[in-house]
Amino acid sequence: MHISVNVDGVTYADEVEPRLLLVHYLRERLGKTGTVVGCDTGNCGACTVHLDGHSVKSCSLFAVQANGHEVTTIEGLARDGKLHPVQHAFRQNHALQCGFCTPGMIMQAIDLLADEPDPDDETVRKGLEGNLCRCTGYQNIVRAVQDAAQSMKPGAGPEIERHSDSDVGTAAAKQPVGGE
Amino acid sequence: MTATAEPEIGKARLRKEDARLITGQTRWTDNLQLTGMLHMAVLRSPVAHARITNIDVSRATAMPGVAVVFTGEDFAAEQGSLPCAWPITEDMKSPAAPALAVDRVNFAGEAVALVIADSAYHAADALAEIDVDYDELPVVLDMEEALLDNDLVHEDIGTNKCATWIFDSAEAGSGTDVEDEISAAEVVVERTFRQQRLIPAFMEPRSVVVDSTAGMFTVWSATQIPHILRWMLSAVTGISESKLRVIAPDVGGGFGGKLQVTPEELLCLLVARRMNRPVKWTETRTESMLSAHHGRDQIQKITLAARRDGTVTGLKVELLADMGAYLRLVTPGVPILGAFMFNAIYKFAAYRFVCTNVFTNKVPTDAYRGAGRPEATFAIERMMDELAVELDMDPMKLRELNWIKHEEFPFTSVAGLTYDSGNYEAATARAMELFDYEALREEQARRRADGSAVQLGIGISTYTEMCGLAPSRVLGALRYGAGGWETASIRMLPTGKVEVITGTSPHGQGHETVWSQIVADKLGVPFEDVEVLHGDTATSHKGMDSYGSRSLAVGGTALVQAADKVLAKARTLAAHMMECDEADVEFASGSFSVRGTSTARSLGDVVLAAHVAHDLPEGMEPGMDADATYDPDNFSYPHGTHLCAAEVDTETGMVKIVRYVAVDDVGTVMNPLIVDGQVHGGLAQGIAQALYEEATHDEMGTLTSATFADYLLPCAADLPSFITDRTTTPATSNPLGAKGVGEAGTIASTPAVVNSVLDAVRHLGVRDIEMPMSPERVWTALQGRGDPGAGDVAAGGLGSIDAQGGQS
Repeated sequence: MHISVNVDGVTYADEVEPRLLLVHYLRERLGKTGTVVGCDTGNCGACTVHLDGHSVKSCSLFAVQANGHEVTTIEGLARDGKLHPVQHAFRQNHALQCGFCTPGMIMQAIDLLADEPDPDDETVRKGLEGNLCRCTGYQNIVRAVQDAAQSMKPGAGPEIERHSDSDVGTAAAKQPVGGE
Repeated sequence: MTATAEPEIGKARLRKEDARLITGQTRWTDNLQLTGMLHMAVLRSPVAHARITNIDVSRATAMPGVAVVFTGEDFAAEQGSLPCAWPITEDMKSPAAPALAVDRVNFAGEAVALVIADSAYHAADALAEIDVDYDELPVVLDMEEALLDNDLVHEDIGTNKCATWIFDSAEAGSGTDVEDEISAAEVVVERTFRQQRLIPAFMEPRSVVVDSTAGMFTVWSATQIPHILRWMLSAVTGISESKLRVIAPDVGGGFGGKLQVTPEELLCLLVARRMNRPVKWTETRTESMLSAHHGRDQIQKITLAARRDGTVTGLKVELLADMGAYLRLVTPGVPILGAFMFNAIYKFAAYRFVCTNVFTNKVPTDAYRGAGRPEATFAIERMMDELAVELDMDPMKLRELNWIKHEEFPFTSVAGLTYDSGNYEAATARAMELFDYEALREEQARRRADGSAVQLGIGISTYTEMCGLAPSRVLGALRYGAGGWETASIRMLPTGKVEVITGTSPHGQGHETVWSQIVADKLGVPFEDVEVLHGDTATSHKGMDSYGSRSLAVGGTALVQAADKVLAKARTLAAHMMECDEADVEFASGSFSVRGTSTARSLGDVVLAAHVAHDLPEGMEPGMDADATYDPDNFSYPHGTHLCAAEVDTETGMVKIVRYVAVDDVGTVMNPLIVDGQVHGGLAQGIAQALYEEATHDEMGTLTSATFADYLLPCAADLPSFITDRTTTPATSNPLGAKGVGEAGTIASTPAVVNSVLDAVRHLGVRDIEMPMSPERVWTALQGRGDPGAGDVAAGGLGSIDAQGGQS
């Protein structure tokens, strides 16, 4: 099938097999290896990217479902050589160790902050339920997200991240991002 | 080159590694794409024990994109046996361990065929078209039944008993006879615990790429042990070690789970050699659960002998340890790493440890964070609580009565180890203060009196561990096949920049940052000027890699010694340059000066002089590089006090940790940010053993927890915020004073949590609940509260195949 997808600001036109997962399209075809695969059941969230500004698990979408949509990966977050505030906060707060879950965790955290600009500890923890980390015990991740929330106030960060659920089109339904 | 103003050691430096990891500029093995690369997919046995009577690959071979399908027959003559480096006894039974099953399978998940295709999708498609006929054999799952030898995992070795390993303090001369102590004891407490089977579950699935072109074999692997892997792959295949290069690029966690020479690494190498094309294999998560090694899985029978005043006089440990179907790299040695730690921080007169290793038709076990020491710590810390109940003593008072006092260090334990330093009183006092122990005890009393539905419990774990693996001579005495030294090189570049080469192989720990701090501190160069190279046997030509909380205590020490060598040579050259006596040369903040004068040369000037070599002292070689290899004299012994307060909802069985305090003494801290992170992550894994995780099998030996939907890795919402702090008694066994921190949190936390849950419900008649303490198990235990026999066997039953198993 023919698809046209904008990924991190570049529009790609490709022939893909209907069964090709979005994450494999990103990694294998486009070389966007910043997005990774950690499981095969949608539990770990390592593959989380944004589809039209909302977090989705790219292992649970086919590439063809992204046709005509805009995908943002971890590689497209920094603007003009400046890190996204959530990326910055992850580094400042030592919110990563091996870093394998980090791209998905950051993408999910940005989505969370769009909905909850000033989340308490529990809100952050619940908002990240669909993203597993084996290294950090989550403590510094929670701190980083709250820290980023402060630095993003009011409405800091790129325009694309500011939205409400009602903005989402119907063509690509928002994927559940919670745990099982 | 400018001098650093403040000491680098101890500074909360942000990590160098993060820049690439937070932007997706990573180098995971699976990212690699090589020209002409083939993809390998592995067909795995769905049955736990069977003879393979036929494999039909004809349909699979005809599938689009498939280059070839291999079965065990294709590699039988060259695959040899996967290595086990730790024959713990002379008579240990060690079955042949083929990477690809030839005529029988011994666990569900074992590799039986390989598809080699032009894409991962095509390779996976063809797996479904391979027909294998299995003639099923009786499945051996339960360790106690296995020891009856009615059905055998390996017929050719004639028994399911792998080995029995014994330590006895009376025989070793390090203590009295435990049987004497038990018969003379005023109180004897005997309990049986189960260490459930766990899965390391690193986040990055394993991946291997082998490039056999250009007359070399280059192996990229998501491994903790590139150096050991190179050695072992050479030993198994006969490929000259000099023709093998192993690279561990960015590696996404390990926790012992990537301390392995895996079937898939060997098979990728064999396939690449056969096809003379690059080959990649990346596992799915389910493959990882089914074939990467598991951890723990012991049945522990523990006996404590004590006097009525609380003095413990003897400890007897009888273990059964599940090896699974094969012995992997250090499988049989894992329980032995615990053998010296059951006596923990205490002064026991007598100690006996007997471990029987058992084969079953399950995934092989091997190292998982802590490896033997979590098991030991769990057992003794649970037992101290049991004894406290028996004696009606405060559990902390009982521990204090028995532990080694700070003025008694160095202390030789009943297991024969010499603990170099520690202060259990200080760590405990700090933990009790942060925890507000007395207030929580009052709250607990109030809830008990009220008959509150949500009860409160307090759990203690005062732990120590042996890490910094390891003195080579001790490893030799324990029949381990390799040494425990570590190596480091420092290359002083002519521009003043510094390259550090380490034999450690980080996979999330932050060595690039901390090794830079150490070198910056020692040489007085800027942190940013140090580049750390690791994980590639072509640049880091020797090393013993990262596991066992060894990297800093052993590898960091090698680095200090290399820096000392650089400085020694630079001092000689500086004296020559400044035309003074070497004894008059002082070094501070990256600069050499003549004592009492303003004459000075920066290290950079001296390095440049060494490089251009225009005017060197007689006999001095050009250049300013140094290598050092350090073999430790002793292990290091982190310790600490962990306190957990948990609420137990007696109506639902739900457990909620409401306060967790960890005060650890890990010796001198290089980077507090990183140490805290290690503790947090360690706590999460230890708490997960107590409450969430278990690898379960059905009665056919099928792993029923083979996805993240079934194997409960905790998410952020499942864990509390931790209160952490430190006390510090520097290790005296190494110049950094470092003890190691990678495993401490995991080792300490499991018993603290379990003790807290039991403390919450013990007054309701519950004596034990098996791990993981799921709501169902806790609730079930509470239903049996009136049953006088309820305490004899842990609720949930022994063995995950029990019909009452908590996962049912």
